[in-house]
Amino acid sequence: MSRPRPSPGSIRRRLTLQLLTGAAVMAVVLFLIVYNFAREIGAESQDTILAASATAILDATTVQSGEVRIDIPYSAFTMLDNTADDRVFYRITQDGAGLTGYDDLPAARLDPGASAGFDTVTYRGAALRLATLSRLVSIDGTPARIDVSVGQTRDAQAEMLARILRMTVLLGLGFFAASAGLAVLAGQSTAASLRRLAASVSRRGPADLRPVVAEVPREMRPLVKSLNSLISRLSGALNRTEDFIAEAAHRVRTPLATVRAHADNTLRRVDKEENRAALREMIRAIDESSRAAGQLLDHAMVSLRADQLELTSVALRPLVGELVDRLRPLADLKDMDLHFDDPQDAEIMGDAILIQNAVRNLIDNAIKYAPPETPVEVALTANGGQATLTIRDRGRGFPITGTEGLTGRFARGENAADVVGSGLGLTIAEEVARAHRGTLTIANIDGGPGACVSLSFPLH
Amino acid sequence: MRFLLVEDNAKLAAAVLDRLALDGHVVDHAADLGMAEDFVEVTDYDLILLDIMLPDGDGRDFLNAQRARGADTPVIVLTARSEVSDRVGALDMGADDYIPKPFDFAELEARCRAVLRRRTGTATNVKRFGSVAFDPLAGTLTNGDTVITLRNRELRLLEVFFAAPGQIIPKPKLVDRLFSYDDDVSENAIEVYVGRLRKHLDGSAVAIITVRGLGYRLEVP
Repeated sequence: MSRPRPSPGSIRRRLTLQLLTGAAVMAVVLFLIVYNFAREIGAESQDTILAASATAILDATTVQSGEVRIDIPYSAFTMLDNTADDRVFYRITQDGAGLTGYDDLPAARLDPGASAGFDTVTYRGAALRLATLSRLVSIDGTPARIDVSVGQTRDAQAEMLARILRMTVLLGLGFFAASAGLAVLAGQSTAASLRRLAASVSRRGPADLRPVVAEVPREMRPLVKSLNSLISRLSGALNRTEDFIAEAAHRVRTPLATVRAHADNTLRRVDKEENRAALREMIRAIDESSRAAGQLLDHAMVSLRADQLELTSVALRPLVGELVDRLRPLADLKDMDLHFDDPQDAEIMGDAILIQNAVRNLIDNAIKYAPPETPVEVALTANGGQATLTIRDRGRGFPITGTEGLTGRFARGENAADVVGSGLGLTIAEEVARAHRGTLTIANIDGGPGACVSLSFPLH
Repeated sequence: MRFLLVEDNAKLAAAVLDRLALDGHVVDHAADLGMAEDFVEVTDYDLILLDIMLPDGDGRDFLNAQRARGADTPVIVLTARSEVSDRVGALDMGADDYIPKPFDFAELEARCRAVLRRRTGTATNVKRFGSVAFDPLAGTLTNGDTVITLRNRELRLLEVFFAAPGQIIPKPKLVDRLFSYDDDVSENAIEVYVGRLRKHLDGSAVAIITVRGLGYRLEVP
């Protein structure tokens, strides 16, 4: 048989419940002990007084001229006085025959050889505590046994017990209430230290992979330790992925750069047209493969960063301005004018490197696909809670069959075959937009040749 | 112009040196940061082309040290790593620009020109033929009293002609210099740009002559 699995439940509830059960049991035990002890003490003290009273009567018993003479002292009854007006009964017998007192009062059973006995009996419809003391006297040389029984109703006793009962119940309840309060506090403080740990972990940014150093109770240290070991393994894996991407890029790009440079140089020196055509094809193929490799690695890096997006405040105007400046030499090569219209700045929460990558891909596309000596216009606007970056060119635009699917991996417009491209630029831009809860819109300019691509982000 | 190329890959370095020499530049090559330090100590360069991953350290540290020392030679970083991770770091550390490998020499040239124009802005190697002065850095052509701002392709075309005055330059070579390899341009496209240059040079002693079946030649006084 398999062991029953511990219920997952709530640690706080379970702990509180266990402590409360413990407190309840303790309260009941406390109650029983105190109550029984009080009752015993009460009974013992009544017995002591009854015995003292009987002794006083016995002491006052004398034998005079062969006759037992009893002169009951007043004190024998006054010592039994109490506030409850308990009734007192007595009986004195000589060798079992009643001498004085209530004839029908029974005697407490005496153990053989014992001189005193106590009993609780029902007498005249009331519970009676009874003490019987026995003593032998000599009457003219003959031994005679004198028994003195003193009984008292138990009203005072019952009253006292009721008072003690009330007090004990209150004591038990108070004890329980105090324990319950402590139990809830204990539950809360245990849960609170867990919650603090959880909060310190969940408060972190997605890229914060430092070990957890929060002060936690000793019992939670193994949890923190394994959490830290997981974090360090995760961060190691992420670093390795990043290193791998960087290393792969390095390994692929350097030899490609060498081949391309040599081909470029050779083309400068070769005159024969067929050799030149072959070299041009070669350079084109190198460009295709290096573009594909670069974009694939960029895409991998973008996906990695988008998965653990770290948001900072990003001012779009300087970011796009810098990009436009950087891309201007490329536009210059085709005698294209690259305009950046930035009447206002817009701040968003985002990852600057990702946004730069997305925008660079979009402007790059515009420069690539539009003919020489045409303008490319980049505009930044902010309204309706959205920062929108629009890139317009006077190029061929998107295929007339529609823009659907163009943001998919390796998807290229059917009118783009003559331009070197990887089919990943729009994929990257859309992924970046989505990671920032923004949108990428691609369309053709109304009534004119050219593409209009908009990247929108929610404003900070 | 005088370049320093800091690049540990010997084959790539050889190809870049070859190309820069073809364009008439003087280039020193440092294979690691130590050599680069030695070179910059004794020579003033117009521009440094700096690789990032070098055997004895990170190119960005060299850049940082240069800038901290107050040396402001323009630096273009050559990076073979993913742009997504590298670019910001290099620009923050005082690089003037960066170019990912593999690069198109036309783009490298354009970036060098843009950086130099931004940094110095002064005419360093103006070429003069009679009343015509050509400043490739500023991108201007002075014809008598008229100063013409050249568009990029005009500028590059003029550079080819001014580098070899009197020589016949075949059309296909001009196509290669002006257009990227994925532009499917006919050689006639060159005529448009030659036509513009001729207009700019109108009235001067400098002329671009068509040599039928062979190409063009720059005639200078």
